Amino acid sequence: MKDGCAHVIPVAVVDLSFSSLSFAPCGGRQGTRTMLGRTLREVSAALKQGQITPTELCQKCLSLIKKTKFLNAYITVSEEVALKQAEESEKRYKKGHSLGDLDGIPVAVKDNFSTSGIETTCASNMLKGYVPPFNATVVQKLLDQGALLMGKTNLDEFAMGCGSTDGIFGPVKNPWSFSKQYREKRKQKPHGDKEDSDWLITGGSSGGSAAAVSAFTCFAALGSDTGGSTRNPAAHCGVVGLKPSYGLVSRHGLIPLVNSMDVPGILTRCVDDAAVVLGVLAGHDCKDSTTVQDPVKPFVLPNLTDVSKLCIGIPKEYLVPELSNEVHSLWSKAANLFESEGAKVIEVSLPHTSYSIVCYHVLCTSEVASNMARFDGLEYGHRCDIDVSTEAMYAATRREGFNDVVRGRILSGNFFLLKENYENYFVKAQKVRRLIANDFVNVFNSGVDALLTPTTLSEAVPYLEFIKEDNRTRSAQGDIFTQAVNMAGLPAVSVPMALSNHGLPIGLQFIGRAFCDQQLLAIAKWFEKQVQFPVIQLQELMDDCSSIFENEKLTSVSLKQ
Amino acid sequence: MAAPVLCRLWSGRRWALAYINRGSRHGAGTPTGSRSSGKREQSSVVQQPLITAEKPRKGEHKWAAVVGLEIHAQISSNSKLFSGSQVHFAAPPNSLVSFFDASLPGTLPVLNRRCVEAAVMTGLALNCRINKKSLFDRKHYFYADLPAGYQITQQRLPIAVNGSLAYSVFVGKKRSQVINKTVRIKQIQLEQDSGKSLHDDLRSQTLIDLNRAEGQLRVDANISVHHPGEPLGVRTEVKNLNSARFLAKAIDYEIQRQISELENGGEILNETRSFDYKLGCTVPMRDKEGKQDYRFIPEPNLPPLLLYDSASLPAGTDPQQVINIDRIRERLPELPSVTRDKLIQQYGMLPEHSLTLLNEVGLLEFFQNVIKETRAEPKKVTSWVLNTFLGFLKQQNLAVSESPVTPSALAELLNLLDRKTISSSAAKQVFAELWKSEGKTPAQIVSEKKLELMQDRETLEQLCHATMEQHPHVVMDMKKGNPRAINKLIGLVRKATLSRADPTVIKEILEKKLSA
Repeated sequence: MKDGCAHVIPVAVVDLSFSSLSFAPCGGRQGTRTMLGRTLREVSAALKQGQITPTELCQKCLSLIKKTKFLNAYITVSEEVALKQAEESEKRYKKGHSLGDLDGIPVAVKDNFSTSGIETTCASNMLKGYVPPFNATVVQKLLDQGALLMGKTNLDEFAMGCGSTDGIFGPVKNPWSFSKQYREKRKQKPHGDKEDSDWLITGGSSGGSAAAVSAFTCFAALGSDTGGSTRNPAAHCGVVGLKPSYGLVSRHGLIPLVNSMDVPGILTRCVDDAAVVLGVLAGHDCKDSTTVQDPVKPFVLPNLTDVSKLCIGIPKEYLVPELSNEVHSLWSKAANLFESEGAKVIEVSLPHTSYSIVCYHVLCTSEVASNMARFDGLEYGHRCDIDVSTEAMYAATRREGFNDVVRGRILSGNFFLLKENYENYFVKAQKVRRLIANDFVNVFNSGVDALLTPTTLSEAVPYLEFIKEDNRTRSAQGDIFTQAVNMAGLPAVSVPMALSNHGLPIGLQFIGRAFCDQQLLAIAKWFEKQVQFPVIQLQELMDDCSSIFENEKLTSVSLKQ
Repeated sequence: MAAPVLCRLWSGRRWALAYINRGSRHGAGTPTGSRSSGKREQSSVVQQPLITAEKPRKGEHKWAAVVGLEIHAQISSNSKLFSGSQVHFAAPPNSLVSFFDASLPGTLPVLNRRCVEAAVMTGLALNCRINKKSLFDRKHYFYADLPAGYQITQQRLPIAVNGSLAYSVFVGKKRSQVINKTVRIKQIQLEQDSGKSLHDDLRSQTLIDLNRAEGQLRVDANISVHHPGEPLGVRTEVKNLNSARFLAKAIDYEIQRQISELENGGEILNETRSFDYKLGCTVPMRDKEGKQDYRFIPEPNLPPLLLYDSASLPAGTDPQQVINIDRIRERLPELPSVTRDKLIQQYGMLPEHSLTLLNEVGLLEFFQNVIKETRAEPKKVTSWVLNTFLGFLKQQNLAVSESPVTPSALAELLNLLDRKTISSSAAKQVFAELWKSEGKTPAQIVSEKKLELMQDRETLEQLCHATMEQHPHVVMDMKKGNPRAINKLIGLVRKATLSRADPTVIKEILEKKLSA
């Protein structure tokens, strides 16, 4: 390395297979059928130019949502609401009064954000039938910009999980399970005929949102990110997953998992789109006292052309034995890419990393125990039939309303908060949290602009394999590279880099300085441009389901840069 | 909104603890006890130690009692401590409930500036140290009127600590002897109030009102007894006392109960009790859950509450965004103890009179307005305001603001008295007239009722002379040296003047005539 530090990551040669992709020619009028494959900014331009109307776009998405119903990405499809919003948007476009880049753009929202008049379940029996009377601030901001709300996406119950497999509405299936890229690789293998049972998980807990974006049913989706819940499924589904700085985006209306770590996350098909959505969502909210007071100005991501002034840190503690060879190789390759383009790439140390996941577990379950206390069956949500006493009603309601994972975390959290345990667990964990946050501060103070790490240990795994482990073990593995960022409140983004040997997406994570989300995204955008991650090829899937793409192949979706 | 402040006062061995609440459950609430009284959000909690009563018991053992009060007082604010919904006394149930108040998932607390200012002001008034950084905590327990399953309070680092309150106690047979006391305040904390439960025992139902604010003060008293020089005894907590009278009765009862229990070989349990105001005794509350572990946790949705003073205020700060303790100190009204001292000094008032003047809402202002407009002696004014005026008010159960007699009218009346235009007894008559006939001035009443003192000395001398002639045996008595005889003559002359003559003038004339 330039500064003399040893680079710990052995560099392997990996075939990124970029050549197997074909792209539509830039420019030239695109038919509406290809609209769904575009990025948010592209389709926004098409709307402005009148190439497609909001209603047409909305109907296309609704149609695709129906055709991909088997993915189980959506819990609720808000068809009527979306069509009505599209109608309003269309009127604005006709008058030339578009509200901005999001006007007429179909979006999806994870089902743990409150949506006025639309059921919000957290994939839990406890909130089945609960219809909030107000919109989460982030939802309201999207709607104020004219976005079309297609529906509420699936998740692990109360966002507790990293597979999107543990909600009452069943698991979400990874669209890549049905991609041409994955299927072709599998045909070479003997067990290729078990396709139906061998579908892959999306990762989680925002798996529904990741799948919805990945399968072209919307152009952006909101996830939530407490320990990696946006970045993890983004990596597995080959989309961009942004976790903004804590305090940059309002949590009001987000049904909390861990208040001190939760942030609304953004899932899109490219970094620019994430920046557009962040620009809309960021800023102070008088309903969330933890949001920044300083005004956030709208921004356009710069096109980084020169990375020679950048310093990229490679945290050595993130090289863990469980890391798959392929992810390891791609991580090294990415580091080399920066270095070869003139960036300074150095090994850095985050010495308290190994304590992070245990610390996260204590803090997470403690806050969960507190946050879940309100679900007592009295004011809203599920209530059992037992009425012999208030206490009996509470107990039965909570027994019936929560799954094992949620109940387990509530029990652990209450244990940690008991008077005799508080100092030994909660207070200690808070101290460790401070050490972990300081690790990042020290690294950034040493001149590092961003950290480059894997997002996940490996590519997405088949559901049947995934469920062999319990939720807690899976979460400890799934969040290993992501949760420390939440404890430190930093911005981080997972960017898809390449396909694995199985034809599945692998994403890498960039971690930035607190409230330097724009700088982070600029770096991510540069990286995205370099790696040219392939577009998911879903035409077989679409053919099977009488494709809406008809004669046009999905490979023709444009990826204009 | 509910912003509770917890103050703890310490002095001697007794302690009292007070909470000032704004619509939230009080600090040490038992979640499972049967409670029918409403709890409000609290804006401040004062915990203060009371003075220890050391009672010698038949020359054997001395007992000392230690009392601590947790006072829950509601902050006077337009909206609740953590939500924008309004605060109104006696509003229809559940009519002032925001999404946050109902604990809808995803809602977050937003601290009410007014409540913080009130807590700081309370802290300043109670000589507390104001913490420039304070924190909020969640206190967990399940109860039907606690919809979030926890209450937001300030357990670890409250907004104000270590204060004191000086007060006076009247002792002696006539309660005329004043003893000055000081009670220490441990802390003042902002605390959210719970809802209110209404238990319908017939239907086995509990109705919940989440409006919270009710405008009352509620006190929990912690009481123990011990022998001086020995460790403190086990304490009990008597909860939900809502008047000073019941508070005093409950404490007295509980001290005696504990002493009897111990002297009879029993033991005191660390338990919560309630005060049965009909029977005048305390009884254990049925707390099925036993001792609660509240599992305190820092409230993650409220950043530390930072306060500044003029010295620490960062330059260029928006005054709307920060709270400056010095600004609040400037706005602090004169404290009652200062006002009382001034009254005593300025008007030579008795301490107990100054106390009464301040204890009745509006009475001090009434007094000061009378003083401004009259030439009468301050002592005279004090006597009239505290005896006559207050007497009339009490008799009819009226507030000062409801009085039919204005300060100006009373001032004019006292001027007439001072100028000797009327006699004292006539003045009382005029006052009674003023009370029932609004619109008339004292002068008009005096004139209509012909109550002026007889000023013509010559007429008076003639009347004296005539009276002496008509009652020669009384005159004889006087000459024999009976000192009371002259009073009889004075009375007779006054009767002849229809009580309009000044008795001292009559006396003077009579004495002059007798010695002539």
